[in-house]
Amino acid sequence: MESHDLDLDHDSVYDGLLGGDPSQWAFGTDFEDPLAGVDTTIPAGVDGATLAAYCLMLGDDALVYAHRLSEWTSNAPDLEDDIALANIALDLLGQARLLLARAAAADAGVVPGLPEGSPVPAEDALAFFRDELAFRNVRFVEAVNGDFAVTIARLLLFATHRLALLQGLVPSVDPVLAAIAAKGVKEVTYHRDYAARWFVTLAQGTDESRRRLLAGLQTVWPTYAELFRCSDVEAVAARQAFGVDPRVLEPEVDAVVDHVLATSGLERPDLPPSGTRPLGREGQHTEAMGHLLAELQVVARAHPMGKW
Amino acid sequence: MTDTVQADRQADFERTIERHDRIEPRDWMPEKYRATVVRQVAQHAHSEIIGMQPEGNWLTRAPSLRRKAILLAKVQDEAGHGLYLYSACETLGVTRGELTQKLIDGRQKYSSIFNYPALSYADVGTIGWLVDGAAICNQVPLCRTSYGPYGRAMIRICKEESFHQRQGFELLMTMMSGTDEQRAMVQESVDRFWWPALMMFGPPDAESPNTAQSMAWGIKRDTNDDLRQKFVDMSVPQARALGVTLPDPDLAWNEERGHHDFGQPDWHEFAAVVAGSGPCNAQRIAHRKRAHDEGAWVREAATAFAAKEA
Repeated sequence: MESHDLDLDHDSVYDGLLGGDPSQWAFGTDFEDPLAGVDTTIPAGVDGATLAAYCLMLGDDALVYAHRLSEWTSNAPDLEDDIALANIALDLLGQARLLLARAAAADAGVVPGLPEGSPVPAEDALAFFRDELAFRNVRFVEAVNGDFAVTIARLLLFATHRLALLQGLVPSVDPVLAAIAAKGVKEVTYHRDYAARWFVTLAQGTDESRRRLLAGLQTVWPTYAELFRCSDVEAVAARQAFGVDPRVLEPEVDAVVDHVLATSGLERPDLPPSGTRPLGREGQHTEAMGHLLAELQVVARAHPMGKW
Repeated sequence: MTDTVQADRQADFERTIERHDRIEPRDWMPEKYRATVVRQVAQHAHSEIIGMQPEGNWLTRAPSLRRKAILLAKVQDEAGHGLYLYSACETLGVTRGELTQKLIDGRQKYSSIFNYPALSYADVGTIGWLVDGAAICNQVPLCRTSYGPYGRAMIRICKEESFHQRQGFELLMTMMSGTDEQRAMVQESVDRFWWPALMMFGPPDAESPNTAQSMAWGIKRDTNDDLRQKFVDMSVPQARALGVTLPDPDLAWNEERGHHDFGQPDWHEFAAVVAGSGPCNAQRIAHRKRAHDEGAWVREAATAFAAKEA
């Protein structure tokens, strides 16, 4: 045993509350543009409006899925999973902020108009003041969570897809998108690992967990194909070498998913894909989306001149 | 064990406490000390876990992406604090599962403040400023508490809590620089949380049944009334800086005492909330029970899988 005088630096926790060193505040003391200090010039050969539209697609996927995953907070099966799911949501939220800010910097025309003098920054105008038809996320991410098995099945497919997508964006001719992707690769590698480990655990745990996992996989499978449908914007993004054609990701993603299924002793569900068009990318969503946006946007929309 | 050995161990324990040194998990300790530490640390762990609910209630509605990230990180920290504290408790021979069951069955308590609802986004700021602020006042002295694993957990927790408090204060500061509606929202929130925050220090010393023994054992380091006074003295200038009014007509600086005089919280309300009749008691426990019950099959699957892998 040793003697302790540990409170010396703790008795002063209040001292910095008024004035003091602003660097002690996590996330800064004021709103900061997530892309502050980054050169957002649009590279030669890249169409700004298409770049913006493309960033909205990837940003909206992250924003909407982060919203769903954050709903698990205080509801997860164990504290470790509360922490892990919140962590994944936080990573995706960070990606969403960067991508929405990139979209606004590439084409200010995508940012909804707000009353003159509104202090709402572009990323928040995009998240909170766009209507449903202007959201470009895949439908796959907007569905309600379901139980933990549905969540794990969806997370495995989403993270496997997103990891391949972000890896494909690392050589993007847009250096901003390339940097966002490089950061995201490290994050999503963990997301995929977390989901895959739970997937195998549930598949081989108990009869109950296997039954639920199979049901979860059936639930998410029909809309999984949408992740690989190519919209016009993505086709142009791929041609201009700043984006990825989602069709090229399919073999790689399938191989990983098949590997996890094989390890789990499960087969691919024998279910046809729902629809043939990338409806979410065109602004056509499911009934769940309106409820999600109502909740996401309610406070911000009530205060278009508000400062947060 | 002979009487002499027992007496030696008791004397060792008492000398350790007198020197303000730590008691460690493998050290001998009186059973009543063990039970008291378990009770206090479990109550603290449960408070972190139940405390995720009122703020978690605003995660999906946070009005800016930056605020959403701050709030998500904060609620995640609370889960982390719960984890370390349950782990500290486990060093005394109880499991997280047993403690969770006691929480759900109402056999162990959590901080009564979380039985009040979070009704506006300003509450996220007020909970950070006043609730986390009061919690820090209670917890800073616990960094020196006699039980080693608890004291070490508290060092880390206090650092993170002070971050949360600053973030809460900063949210309120920003809202006060916004619109009239936002300023009114902040004032309304402070009006609701001020008295419950004062209750967080527990009943007046004269009516606090456990204080004397806990102080003698070095588990608790300051009395409820001393900590409450400290909190009021610190909060007054902060409220002035924010531009909010604290809802206490008796609040006044007393030159002679060198402290603020202040009114008494409604101790009948406190007693009712502690007894289970607060605005959200049933809701908070039902939420925790539902999450725990709905997760049972997942925990069983993990246990079964680990057994197959072993």
